[in-house]
Amino acid sequence: MNSVILVAGARLQAVLLLVFSAYMMLRGHNAPGGGFIGGLIAATAFVVYAIACGTEDARKALRFDPGSIAGAGLGIALIAGIMAAFWGDALFTGQWLFIGATEDSKGIPLSTVLVFDIGVYLVVLGAILSITFALEDAV
Amino acid sequence: MTPAGLIPVFIAGSLFVWFAQMVPVIGGGDTLRYVWEWVPSLGVNVSIYIDGLSLTFALLITGIGALVMLYSARYLAGHVHQARFSLYLTLFMLAMIGLVTSDNLLALFVFWELTTITSYLLIGFNHDTAKARRSALQALMMTGIGGLALLAGIILIGTTAGTFEMSEINAMDGVLKDSVMYLPIVLLVLAGAFTKSAQMPFHFWLPNAMAAPTPVSAYLHSATMVKAGVYLMARTHPSLAGTDFWLWTLTIAGAVTMVFASVMALRQTDLKLALAYTTLMALGALTLLLGNESGYTITAAATFLIVHSLYKAALFLVVGILDAQTGTRDANSLFGMARALPITAMAAAIAAFSMAGFPPFLGFIGKELKYAGAIAVASEPIFVAGAVLISSALMVAIAGIVSFRPFWSKSGEPIPNVKEAPWPMLVGPVVLAILGAFFGIFPETLATTLVNPTVAAIIGNAEPAKELKLWAGVNLPLFLSIATFVLGFTIYAFKQQLRTILIGMTTRGPSFDNGWDKLMAGIASGSKALTRMIQTGVLYHYMVVTFGTALAVLAVTLWFRSTGIPDMGFPQVELWDWLVFLLVLLGAILTLFTNSRITAIAGLGVVGIGMAMIFILYSAPDVAITQLLVETLVVVLFAAAALKLPHLTPEPLRKRWLDAIIAVGMGVVTTIILLKVTNGPIDRELTTFFETASWPEAFGQNIVNVILVDFRALDTFGEIAVVLIAAISIFALLKSKPEEDNQ
Repeated sequence: MNSVILVAGARLQAVLLLVFSAYMMLRGHNAPGGGFIGGLIAATAFVVYAIACGTEDARKALRFDPGSIAGAGLGIALIAGIMAAFWGDALFTGQWLFIGATEDSKGIPLSTVLVFDIGVYLVVLGAILSITFALEDAV
Repeated sequence: MTPAGLIPVFIAGSLFVWFAQMVPVIGGGDTLRYVWEWVPSLGVNVSIYIDGLSLTFALLITGIGALVMLYSARYLAGHVHQARFSLYLTLFMLAMIGLVTSDNLLALFVFWELTTITSYLLIGFNHDTAKARRSALQALMMTGIGGLALLAGIILIGTTAGTFEMSEINAMDGVLKDSVMYLPIVLLVLAGAFTKSAQMPFHFWLPNAMAAPTPVSAYLHSATMVKAGVYLMARTHPSLAGTDFWLWTLTIAGAVTMVFASVMALRQTDLKLALAYTTLMALGALTLLLGNESGYTITAAATFLIVHSLYKAALFLVVGILDAQTGTRDANSLFGMARALPITAMAAAIAAFSMAGFPPFLGFIGKELKYAGAIAVASEPIFVAGAVLISSALMVAIAGIVSFRPFWSKSGEPIPNVKEAPWPMLVGPVVLAILGAFFGIFPETLATTLVNPTVAAIIGNAEPAKELKLWAGVNLPLFLSIATFVLGFTIYAFKQQLRTILIGMTTRGPSFDNGWDKLMAGIASGSKALTRMIQTGVLYHYMVVTFGTALAVLAVTLWFRSTGIPDMGFPQVELWDWLVFLLVLLGAILTLFTNSRITAIAGLGVVGIGMAMIFILYSAPDVAITQLLVETLVVVLFAAAALKLPHLTPEPLRKRWLDAIIAVGMGVVTTIILLKVTNGPIDRELTTFFETASWPEAFGQNIVNVILVDFRALDTFGEIAVVLIAAISIFALLKSKPEEDNQ
């Protein structure tokens, strides 16, 4: 497909979808969203981009091999789970740090749970894109 | 000799010394036990238990091991893979030591399998010959099948007794014998022991294992590994023996193996094969003796175990020397080699005297004890003593064939220009042969140090072992011994005639080895046929089978396990619900009846989006978002693939009745199940827990997400691993070239 409108639209849309995916992932703990959904949205961004501009360009835009992204995600999730060992807890027990917490607010919450969710995000993104790119290369 | 050859000798020697210094303690009647917890939650311990039985085996393993390794350092000197050989042999030795010193049955099983694997590697050491590969595989399969049976038996023992520590189980009087699981336990344990120790009808792998280099035959397939089965029977003897079933199974299997093997040994002209069959005979004899509980038979078993290992390892090494120095081990081409190989000939003679059971060698005492034990078998003394008599007479004849004829016979010309073997190869046979003579003359040295504690360990109580004596007076065993010699010499005199008859008989009859080949070929062709049937390669067939099976299982379960369709009345349906319902219905109809793939995919997408809307209507936003996104991606992916596929040519409707039955059936069954589930009481315990714990404990208000990343994070981790594996598989399928698929 060689449509200028589609290419221009897809670029803009991909950026928006990527930002949105990060937002969905981060809000996941308290509102609908999370790593799974975030990863799917991010994948959609690249799939749209690939349809408009071709898989070659989409790969370049992604910078990393999708398989490596998925693998790294799995590794990050595993590390997040193992980190509980430093506090002497069972595997995958969430660990929390509240920066600037006061009586009223919990400040900025940081947790291994978030790290785990980032891992999920990357696995979903990488897995879907490696299938999509391979499929589009094949046909 | 290179370091690769000598390091194993050093390891084996040091271990021998280490075990030897335990002899005074164990000989005094004590046992040693060390325990490290390994997997405490499963009751798996690394526990070392040393009693007479373990120590006897450990000394045989390390002692003969050191001599065999010294021998092979020279035997294989200059071989390209000498280092590999040394590694295998050392690994085998360590596994074998682990096997006989482990108290924990699961640890014993691990070592058991390690000996199987190292044996496989050693039999297949000459991997460039097809025969070695086949023999190695056969041994691996036979002992591997037995190993699996043993594992099942061990698990049964563990669940019945409540512990896997054999010393504890043996201390619990009758815990296995009185249990309902006794019969399965015995059958499974014996399946392991009989395959490992090559009892009929699992014997055929052992003669084939002679494809291994001679030191391996001497060490694994005569002195140590094949005795692991014997060790297992001896180790479990206190807990399992004493029933008629045990007695008769072991007696019959042992007696049949013993007689069959000694007859087969006479048939062989390859000296190594003849020895292999006499090993089978010895294993049969040990099995036979372990069937009983009397002091005589067990003392006979313990003594014969040591006797056999000493003379048989010596004779194998002698045959190895003959083979290496003359280039042949055919009984019909070796005559009068004593002049060229004087030391080898002496060692062979001493070992053969022990094997034939002449006084004053240890073999004589072993044989006398076997007779005494056979007579002590209360039930069928004549049957057992007869079997012992026949096989012992044949042993006399075979001892003559293996060590008299090649060295002293004047029936043929000796092979010229043969030099005596170098000293490292002579040490083994000489030391082993002399030990047999030494223990024969001073039997009490062996009795007090090793035999008595071994007998105590096997019987499991303090019943004293019978004395080892050279001269036990004029009694029935003595007369039987004399009969043995007379019969043995007669057989030796007529060996050529007998062999001709035997060859005629055995070549005509069915052979176990051919049966094995047929079995293997049958398994291969059977699984090919099955694969062709299941894996048609047509996606449609897979779908029909998968959903058809699911439908059948669900429908049958519903039919038999539940009553009627719950009456729910007509539910309250809002306008929105109707619209979504219509949308899904339209999407489904569109998919079914269109001729364009793209339209069909779009129709499926409509169905999916309808589902997502149902999720939204019933307040499950996370599920709805996921469904929507997945649906979008699936449509995009399908569309990408569909572009390259030919147009749909749908079959006429009357040919799609099977699809209709499965589709409608699945729909009906799923609906009924859903109605039943929602109609029954729902356990809200988990839901309540997640609702109350989500915010205070996991700091999250989105319960679905908190479950995913915190409460059930391990499950999620497994799921994303599956996602990754699926992606890799699809990637591999797409990237594999079509040419490769067609093969």
